[in-house]
Amino acid sequence: MGIGLTHYLIISILLFALGVFGIATRKNAILVLMGLELILNSANINFIAFARFGGMNIEGHVAVIFVIILAAAEVAVALAIILNIYQNFRHVDVDEINQLKD
Amino acid sequence: MTKETILLLSTVILLLPLLGFTIIIFNQKRLGKAAGYLGSAVLGIDLILSIIVAFSKLVTFAGEGMIQTKFDWINLGTKTISIGIGVDNLTAVMLIVVTLISFLVHLFSMEYMAEDKRFPRFYAYLGIFTFSMLGIVIANNFLNMYIFWELVGLSSYLLIGFWYEKDSAANASKKAFITNRIGDLGFFAGIMIVFFTYGSFMFDDVFAGVASGLLPFDSGTMLTAAGILLFCGAIGKSAQFPLHVWLPDAMEGPTPVSALIHAATMVAAGVYLTCRIFPMLTADALIFVAYIGAITAFMAATIAITQNDFKKVLAYSTVSQLGYMIMAIGVGAYTNGFFHLVTHAWFKACLFLGSGSVIHAMHHAAHHFHDHHTDPQDIRNMGGLRKTMPLTYITFLFVTIAISGVPFTSGFLSKDGILAGTLAFGSLSGHWLIPIAGFGAAGMTAFYMFRLLIESFHGKAKTNIASHTHENNKLITGPLVLLSVLTIWVFYSFNPIDATSGWFQKSIKTPATSVPAALQFDFLMPLNAEGHNAAAHTEVATHNATNSHTELAKHEAAANTHGAEAKSAHGSHALNKFEEEMHHMHYPAMIASLLIAGLGILLSFCFYQFKVFSPDNMANMIKPFYKISLNKWYFDEIYDKTVIGLTLGFAKLLSWFDGAVIDGIVNGVATVFRGIGWFVGKFDNIVIDGFVNLTAQTTGFFGAAFRKVQTGRIQAYLIFTIVGLMILFYFLV
Repeated sequence: MGIGLTHYLIISILLFALGVFGIATRKNAILVLMGLELILNSANINFIAFARFGGMNIEGHVAVIFVIILAAAEVAVALAIILNIYQNFRHVDVDEINQLKD
Repeated sequence: MTKETILLLSTVILLLPLLGFTIIIFNQKRLGKAAGYLGSAVLGIDLILSIIVAFSKLVTFAGEGMIQTKFDWINLGTKTISIGIGVDNLTAVMLIVVTLISFLVHLFSMEYMAEDKRFPRFYAYLGIFTFSMLGIVIANNFLNMYIFWELVGLSSYLLIGFWYEKDSAANASKKAFITNRIGDLGFFAGIMIVFFTYGSFMFDDVFAGVASGLLPFDSGTMLTAAGILLFCGAIGKSAQFPLHVWLPDAMEGPTPVSALIHAATMVAAGVYLTCRIFPMLTADALIFVAYIGAITAFMAATIAITQNDFKKVLAYSTVSQLGYMIMAIGVGAYTNGFFHLVTHAWFKACLFLGSGSVIHAMHHAAHHFHDHHTDPQDIRNMGGLRKTMPLTYITFLFVTIAISGVPFTSGFLSKDGILAGTLAFGSLSGHWLIPIAGFGAAGMTAFYMFRLLIESFHGKAKTNIASHTHENNKLITGPLVLLSVLTIWVFYSFNPIDATSGWFQKSIKTPATSVPAALQFDFLMPLNAEGHNAAAHTEVATHNATNSHTELAKHEAAANTHGAEAKSAHGSHALNKFEEEMHHMHYPAMIASLLIAGLGILLSFCFYQFKVFSPDNMANMIKPFYKISLNKWYFDEIYDKTVIGLTLGFAKLLSWFDGAVIDGIVNGVATVFRGIGWFVGKFDNIVIDGFVNLTAQTTGFFGAAFRKVQTGRIQAYLIFTIVGLMILFYFLV
């Protein structure tokens, strides 16, 4: 049995789970952002895997390129938000930033 | 002048005083003294117009009945209520009487009331009074008459109570109003019977209905009752027994008001009404009217003898003279009754204005001495005014002679006619008490009028005040002179001992009675061409009581042939047997009345001028009679004990009933409802509010529970989302 689609998907799930875990547990906003990047990359692996084995062909590759571009843009915006949060609160601890409640 | 013009002018005459009233009442401050000039000018125009209307009616249309017009006022299904105005000879004469006296009173008051602080208001009230009185005079139907009748009641209330700061004046005005209302109630009931039966308020329609034999409730008795009820209005307004008590008290009003209301106009309204309804009065009703008049004339004359207040004497004299007029109409001497109304209006207005002149002078003299205790109206404080007030004295003497019935005066002409009428009535019907009362009152009238004259004007001044009085100015004496001149006989008839040939008695003819023959005196039924009494032919006899009448009528029919011959022999214009008889009674009545009046005057001079007898000794000799007279036959006391006592007792009973029973019920109901209210309140608080609060609390509880979920932490939300997604996947995939 060679390396097939299943193996890629398992890698992808692990990566997704790690990303979600990172988002849910980290207090630092930067680390939360990094967890988000992991989730995006797990999705990328899925796309590539389906392009190779599932018959998605070139569309899978294109989607991955889009996601990478999107992630870059998203990081730029997210870092700008985090910088603003830091300027207001002198920290980036997401547990403390709960004013949405009120 | 056409008939339309007469009606138009009459409307103008009616409305002018109302216009004056409206202008004055809304501009009292602005007008001030000018109100007097304005009011007098309005009445002056009114007087001129009245004279024009009266002349054209009495000269151009003398033979015609009533010139009238009417229009529909209210349509009630099948019945239509019409109102309108009409002018007949009676109206024409009354127009002059009312406007002339009102005009003179307006002039007189300019001086008399000059110092009053409500001077403009007085003129406004005079205006509304004149308007109401003219309204009665030119009404051609019962409804109009009743409306203005009540307006007269109201305006007399305002005028009598003009000095309302005085308790006595306020009470007198209330007494006058309430006493009048009692009479008006009867009047109203009478009008209702008439309208119910004949379906119209118009005099003409009603009389035509009576003449056609239509009777209220198909009963002759009810026709009598209707007549008596209508006459009740006259009892109230004309101060007849037993409702005469208001008039003497009404002397609390200003003296010009007494002259206007209690001499010529308001009290004459009752007599005028009796004249108006004369054609529908049955024999029984006429007897009732005659006796009421006779009792009033006699009783009031006895009271007037002992009164010491100048105006009270005149007041009782007025009551007595009004009784005379009513009595005259009751016995069928319609023309003379109305004639006396007119002549009496002049001399009684002059007497009242004369008393006003005296009181004004006395008041000023008392003011001069700063004397506020001496009553300026008491004749015991007067005396000797002949020298200080010569013009007032002369006019007063003139009219005293006239009212006493001395020849060459108007009073003689009218009084003699009335007495002849009562004698004729006595001889034809057997009611001899009526002429006896009439002659008795005539003698007493002469006595008390000369007593008043001698006590106040002759002899020496009894007080300092009386000796310092001064004659009043022309505004006061002018009306006196004019009115006293009007008491000369030539204005009514060129023959000084018989008025029947004068213009007055030719213009004012006794109207033919409309009452069916069975219900009327035979001697009042018109004679027909054959000289037979019409009664014998008319067969309206419906019930047993009238049978005797019909039989009597047959006897009369035989006798009438003789009557007709007598008629042609005399060449008179007798309508019926009564006028024949009156003609025969003329000279006996004249001689008797002359003797009696002469005796009265002589006695008066003996008592008060020459002091041959002492009035005090006389009073002591007949103490009980003196007491009765002095206390006005105790009418006020009797009414106080009976009518007023009963009313008060009944009021107290009602008050108790109201307090104990009605209030008890109301309070009981209130308590029950309070109990129910308390229960409902509790139910509301506990159950309803409980439910509401429970809902709110439940919602709040859930809200609080869910509120905890909203932590605001983004990671928590993420976990919820993921868990939720996982659950969804679990169930869906």
